[in-house]
Amino acid sequence: MEDNALDFTLWQVGLAYIFLLIVLLIVHLKKIPRKKFLIISSLRMTLQLIIVGYVLVYVLDNPNPFITSGIILIMLTFAIFNVYQRTKPTIKLDLKKMIALAMLIGVSINLIYFMFVILQLDPWYDPQYFIPVSGMIIGKTMTGVSLGVNNLLTGMKDKKDQVEGALMLGASPKIAAKSIVNDAFDEAMLPTMNAMIGMGIVFLPGMMTGQIIAGQSPLVAVKYQLSVMLGVLGTVAVTVLIFLHLAYKIFFNERQQFLLTKRDLPKEKQPVRYD
Amino acid sequence: MLRLENIVVKGVLEIDALTLEENIISIEGQSGSGKSTILRLLNNLDTPTSGTIYFHDKDIMKIDSLQLRKQIVMLPQSAVLFDGTIRDNLLIGLTYSGQEQATDEELEKILADLWVHKKLDTSVHDLSGGEQQRMALARILLLKEAEVYLLDEPSSDLDDRTTDHVLDTFFSQAKERNQQIIMVTHDTSVSRKFADTVINMDKYSKQIKNGDE
Repeated sequence: MEDNALDFTLWQVGLAYIFLLIVLLIVHLKKIPRKKFLIISSLRMTLQLIIVGYVLVYVLDNPNPFITSGIILIMLTFAIFNVYQRTKPTIKLDLKKMIALAMLIGVSINLIYFMFVILQLDPWYDPQYFIPVSGMIIGKTMTGVSLGVNNLLTGMKDKKDQVEGALMLGASPKIAAKSIVNDAFDEAMLPTMNAMIGMGIVFLPGMMTGQIIAGQSPLVAVKYQLSVMLGVLGTVAVTVLIFLHLAYKIFFNERQQFLLTKRDLPKEKQPVRYD
Repeated sequence: MLRLENIVVKGVLEIDALTLEENIISIEGQSGSGKSTILRLLNNLDTPTSGTIYFHDKDIMKIDSLQLRKQIVMLPQSAVLFDGTIRDNLLIGLTYSGQEQATDEELEKILADLWVHKKLDTSVHDLSGGEQQRMALARILLLKEAEVYLLDEPSSDLDDRTTDHVLDTFFSQAKERNQQIIMVTHDTSVSRKFADTVINMDKYSKQIKNGDE
């Protein structure tokens, strides 16, 4: 590890909390009901980062394939549950299983390629690289899949007449749902593509900033950032694609009937009558 | 051609036996009597709680759904629009059902026949409600391989004069190709003028019966 970053004392860190006090004062004066949330989120951030700091110190000092794999699994599990939480309305078990399966397959394939082929880590489980890079890829994938799930559900609901209209004209469920699946994929990819467009001009990405602060040459930081961003792009795309191709099918039965209204979308009940 | 036996849709309708063999059949009934439900069952968009529907004496559950919908084509009550031009919307039915694409001349003729006086490149969103309904009728009329058309309120957005012309044209062309029409309508004059037989759903409806009791 590079050791030429500027370290600063706990007192100096404490001075940063002045920002929090200023915000608290503003919120208090403006009577915005966010004081409690601000305090809780600041406390959680402080506590979580301190714990993760100590955990990482231990993990980096004691590289172990099981610990590295375990941490990746924990991150992935949290990401999957986070997707469930971000999805409105509450989704059923079959859709949850597909989210989990898609994330497991998509993230695993891409991480293996990234770590073994691109970074060529030695040892392969080197936590200094494996854990932070995986964290970035899993985090962005989580956002992408959340968007994919939400857009698939909204698309099926908003375009239910079109889907059924296509079935009436003889289309297969795959063709009837095609525009919704494509739109959901597009929406899921947009944040990643937008981030790529602004990168380096509008903002310096976190990983690159971190490496530069840690004393790494900006050119090396750029190489890492480029590879990680492309890794993110690939992982989000593959994972969302796997999810969408598994998930659109649950809106149809084996008789190629559209089941949207029989599923768990808001304010929609099973269609018994139409007139 | 189509026969329903012991059909039950729980809480909606019960049909012991009904044979749909006339050329043009009109289905009437009060609101909530299950008129659209019966069309949806025939198009296999919904499955009845119990009972069997036969098409050419074959249980429709044993016919591939996609194949069935190529033979029994349904027009929903509100015209379904797909993003794009009139041409895109007319051709999409042929594409979905795997039939040969039509030429621009054929598309223009069918539009003119049904009184849609717009260019093929016009966006469908620029059509009025009535024009959308006629465009949707033109889209299914292009499907020459269909054997049965299920029309749900095909003239709800049309005035009387246009209804007469459009339905007359549609039914004449369908008749020339031996295609059967089963339509749901609330307009009794349409039934009287065009239908060979009229089925009143009220007698099959659980909803109406229960309400009357």
